[in-house]
Amino acid sequence: MPATETITIGAVTQIEALADARHFMEICNGCRYCEGFCAVFPAMELRREFADADLNYLANLCHNCQGCFYACQYAPPHPFGVNVPQAMAQVRAASYEQYAWPRPLARLFQGNGVVVSLATAGGLALVLLLSMLFRSTQMLTAWPVEPGAFYVVIPFPVMMWMGLLTFGYALVAMFMGARNFWRDAGTTGVATRAIGEAVWDILTLKNLGGGGDGCNDRDESFSMTRRYLHHFMFYGFMLCLAATTAGTVFHHFLGWVAPYSLLSLPVVLGTLGGVGLLIGTGGLFAMKFTDDPAPKARGLLGMDVAMLVLLALSALTGLVLLALRSTGGMGIALAVHLGVILALFVVLPYSKMVHGVYRGAALLRYAVERTGKPLGTE
Amino acid sequence: MKDLSQTWDVLVVGGGNAALCAAITAREAGCSVLLLEHAPKAFRGGNSRHTRNFRSMHEQPTDVLTESYLEEEYWDDLKRVTGGNTDEQLARMTIRASAGVTGWMRQSGVRFQPSLTGTLSLSRTNAFFLGGGKALVNAYYLTAERLGVTILYDTEVLALKMEDGFVRSADIAYRGYPETVRAKMVVAASGGFQGNLDWMREYWGDAVDNFVIRGTPYAKGKILKSLLGQGVAQVGDPTQFHAVALDARAPQFDGGIATRLDSVPFSIVVNRDGDRFYDEGEDFWPKRYAIWGRLIAQQPDQIAYSIFDQKCVEMFMPSIYPAKKANTIRELAVQLGIADPAKVEATVAQYNAAVRAGSFNPGKLDDCVTEGIMPPKTHWARPIDVGPFYGYPLRPGITFTYLGVRVNERAQVMMDDGRPAGNLFASGEIMAGNILGRGYLAGFGMTIGTIFGRIAGQEAAKNARN
Repeated sequence: MPATETITIGAVTQIEALADARHFMEICNGCRYCEGFCAVFPAMELRREFADADLNYLANLCHNCQGCFYACQYAPPHPFGVNVPQAMAQVRAASYEQYAWPRPLARLFQGNGVVVSLATAGGLALVLLLSMLFRSTQMLTAWPVEPGAFYVVIPFPVMMWMGLLTFGYALVAMFMGARNFWRDAGTTGVATRAIGEAVWDILTLKNLGGGGDGCNDRDESFSMTRRYLHHFMFYGFMLCLAATTAGTVFHHFLGWVAPYSLLSLPVVLGTLGGVGLLIGTGGLFAMKFTDDPAPKARGLLGMDVAMLVLLALSALTGLVLLALRSTGGMGIALAVHLGVILALFVVLPYSKMVHGVYRGAALLRYAVERTGKPLGTE
Repeated sequence: MKDLSQTWDVLVVGGGNAALCAAITAREAGCSVLLLEHAPKAFRGGNSRHTRNFRSMHEQPTDVLTESYLEEEYWDDLKRVTGGNTDEQLARMTIRASAGVTGWMRQSGVRFQPSLTGTLSLSRTNAFFLGGGKALVNAYYLTAERLGVTILYDTEVLALKMEDGFVRSADIAYRGYPETVRAKMVVAASGGFQGNLDWMREYWGDAVDNFVIRGTPYAKGKILKSLLGQGVAQVGDPTQFHAVALDARAPQFDGGIATRLDSVPFSIVVNRDGDRFYDEGEDFWPKRYAIWGRLIAQQPDQIAYSIFDQKCVEMFMPSIYPAKKANTIRELAVQLGIADPAKVEATVAQYNAAVRAGSFNPGKLDDCVTEGIMPPKTHWARPIDVGPFYGYPLRPGITFTYLGVRVNERAQVMMDDGRPAGNLFASGEIMAGNILGRGYLAGFGMTIGTIFGRIAGQEAAKNARN
């Protein structure tokens, strides 16, 4: 899968995006002042020349903290016009499409905001239709919070298999994408220590640290806002997954049937996760209004916003379901929540969410490389 | 439109490191401070934008500096590079102060990191700015704004009007509009004059058209000239500047660090006429790159060409511009635009014949030498015989000029009659020639600017409030 003209990010083709990034990396390699900001520059220093795969790797290593843009003596309006965060964002977005699996579905990354929105609408419609099919007459009936109440709206096997199949597919597709990415940049052995370092970098978002004081969110000043909001979103998402897992364990191994009490593990984890997701996605969405457009890549807003909205909807509909579960609104609330989750699972491998997979893989590669000796050392 | 009619406690002329240190210090002492930066905001910060470190005395290892670097060694280094062209009292004062000032720099937002990859030789002596000089400049501007320094960009100070050793007013162009500004105290921190090609032309003639200015185009030297024309004492040789070898394709201004070329020790360098003119292998490149700017400036048309073969391609960092590449030396010379390719071919052949076999080692001063040619190549000499052949064009890249105003240990500008001016202080490149009258010491310009910026700010504040 070589780089191509047909992959575009806004008005820029992948070939052009790679050419920009390559040119900038050549200039950066002659300067290196930004080496303390993040992993991108030390990784760059291990290379003299930048193949497309190297640039895809560096682009996914870039966390878009923008520190290097504001510190850059060559940033626009300097004639060199170096804009690493923008170039990396473009290369990164194109790489999602380049590495997507299976190939025919890679086009879903074009106009991704619309794709994700349509998927959400489709998921909602499908689950509502299904629920009407199963219990059309009792959709608006109030149900006591007693075991099995949810499964009146959607029978358990239907819910389970839809979830398992879509999420399972998403995991397989994302794994295949990561495999394409990893092979393109050259296979390499991975030490346990490197895995540990990569996991640590992922869990702490160290590379949104800008060398200690955070990112440049809107100007030359540094802030931890983006990093902390991303933590809310990431850990919120993880808590929601944990809630689902806990529910599965309850159901299958302990024989306890949902809905569970307010103080049960799945509900507590899900509630905390949902609130975290709402804070994270809401905050990150709000930041889009105050961002400095200069280091941003045009044409990526749709993909970003669609994912934020879908995640926020997942959390919001879950919390609404919790609030309405003993009322006549439960049926619709459950159907809507499941519809959103279904959409989330389906679009997962063809959405901004893949950034986590590629960035994780890039951080792992970086951890492996870290012992290498940078070029130009005395 | 800002109200410029008030009389400021302190007017700071310039917008680089030295100016910012003075402005912040004076503001911290409670003064009203006006800072006038000639450049627009995007290019603010003078040459400081392109710097990367600060030479700092220290008695024990710190979080970003290894071992120790004591006053005597620092002074010896300075004495060596300047050939004694320095003021020992001012130099030692600066060196001593460099040990303590990093705390204030950090408080003012500057962040340090250990030396950059590839700069191991500086890890003991120089604290590097995280993100480089522009990050430092950004931090100082944020601090200055937060403290309430009034900052105007796009505002050139054209002249300081002096009477009896006092600056009475400043003629400025505020976004092109002429204005007059009055202040009790004035700090001149407006840099050298390397950005003023017409002034350089007075000493170097039309050769300046072939010079590359590595830093800001806003260093016009107007205030320097204005002061020297009003009885202010001069230091430094006006004809002298610091210059390095750059890729000739670098932009005329502001190319900074990335346009430098490190190929010289592994190549031979010929001039316009195809002749070699200096020992390319005299010493390690970090110790020699600073003399090559001047060497090339003295060649016809101020151009030179670094020529090497396939063996050496991976021995140094590539230029940001692609090397010219050809299968024969003659073809390469044509590509480089050298008028007499046959001459280059002859020079290479002569050089190849003079190379004596040795054990090549780029990590030390090895025994690969030439015999019987002038100039010789005294290390890393290997025949240029494995195609394809490569070449880079080189030009002199001017970093800064040495001419400046004389100051005393209180950063007061001295008059020709030996007395200090009444309300005029100087910091940064405009006075660096007092201490660094010749040569170059990495990171020392930033040290002078910081220390004298601090002193000028303190002294100006003290006097403004008396």
